[in-house]
Amino acid sequence: MAKKQRSLKDIFFAGWIKENPVLRLVLGTCPTLAVTTQAVNGLGMGAAALLVLVGSNAVISLLRKVIPDNVRIPAFITVIAGFVTIVQMLVKAFLPSLNDSLGIFLPLIVVNCIILGRAESFASKNPVIPSIIDGIGMGIGFTITLVLFGSIRELLGNGSIFGYVINDGSVIQPMLIMILPPGGFFVFGVLMAWFNKMAEGKGEAPATLECCNCPQAAYCREAQAVPAEEGGDK
Amino acid sequence: MSITSLISIFLAAILTNNYVLSKFLGICPFLGVSKKLDTAVSMSLAVIVVMTIATLVTWPIQHFLLDPLGIGYLQTIVFILIIAALVQFIESFMKKNMPPLYTALGIYLPLITTNCAVLGVTTLNIDSGYNFIESIVNALGSGVGYLVAMVLFAGVRGRLETANIPKSLQGLPITLIAAAIVACSFLGFGGLVDGIFG
Repeated sequence: MAKKQRSLKDIFFAGWIKENPVLRLVLGTCPTLAVTTQAVNGLGMGAAALLVLVGSNAVISLLRKVIPDNVRIPAFITVIAGFVTIVQMLVKAFLPSLNDSLGIFLPLIVVNCIILGRAESFASKNPVIPSIIDGIGMGIGFTITLVLFGSIRELLGNGSIFGYVINDGSVIQPMLIMILPPGGFFVFGVLMAWFNKMAEGKGEAPATLECCNCPQAAYCREAQAVPAEEGGDK
Repeated sequence: MSITSLISIFLAAILTNNYVLSKFLGICPFLGVSKKLDTAVSMSLAVIVVMTIATLVTWPIQHFLLDPLGIGYLQTIVFILIIAALVQFIESFMKKNMPPLYTALGIYLPLITTNCAVLGVTTLNIDSGYNFIESIVNALGSGVGYLVAMVLFAGVRGRLETANIPKSLQGLPITLIAAAIVACSFLGFGGLVDGIFG
């Protein structure tokens, strides 16, 4: 996608729906499923990922000519881990309750495929300003998706959105299973079917878990002596 | 630290706190590699090996290096670099000394560097305050739990291949909904492990 020149506005809005990282590119599935038991957790996770994404995209874009090609993945991971540590310390200091509810998934932003994926497919090939815009756009897309997931699950499972009670159980008992793990998979499946339907209307292919989305794909291909059909990504 | 507490950690890691189906760690390979039973098994075996070795290395580093020096906040950076280096090392070691194993597991190893289950298990072992033996048992149990989830799900997906599915649900959406049902069945294990030893 770096080949054809795109305006900054296109780059900014791409991540919102058309290239939505979770529902179209199928990146960052783990935090999406894990932290979205409440809308507010989704917002916190999205904001944390956005900060890391903007910082790492900016630094990796600046360093793109310095980093040798064959050690780029470890170099990217180090940069990302640096920003994750900064965000982790900030959240611990100023938002301790968010830190408790995100738990292990805050340090795990390091291995979130969205961030490594954007570093690999965008920031390492583009100048600083578009990379920062891309980071903000993708971060907002991720945040919107997480808030959507969180709202649906909180509303169905707990009868509230952002803590405001909408369904107090007097008419319909909230379905606890929606905030338990199966509810996460279920909401993901249904939302992805909806996005596939929308994409189909525009003549685009449905979302798949393909090598082209995976930040490790280039390494994986080098490592594979066997035909692609047997590959680790399929 | 009795043997019963170790057994309950092991069983809890496999059944009640299954990494894929209740903690949501390592979802990408769970969805990507579970299409065929043999690839699912190889990937899970690679995960078990890396998880256990990563815990063997990171636990002493946290307790004998980072904590005494007061730089515990560098945990994330240090652990991910250790895991990346370790995976490279295991890969070269296997290639040279265990070629049959390398042909079976080799292609999955690079994928494991960014598998959140591995970083997750090393960090959770520290956060839960497990001692060295408990950490190893937990890592091993988590890996076996991963294997169980992958094998079960590979069977489910085999059935999905021949099913007649509405167009917009084909592919990933129906896979995710099937995962929801498998996760439901794992909810049934809740509280099981606490009750085993009275």
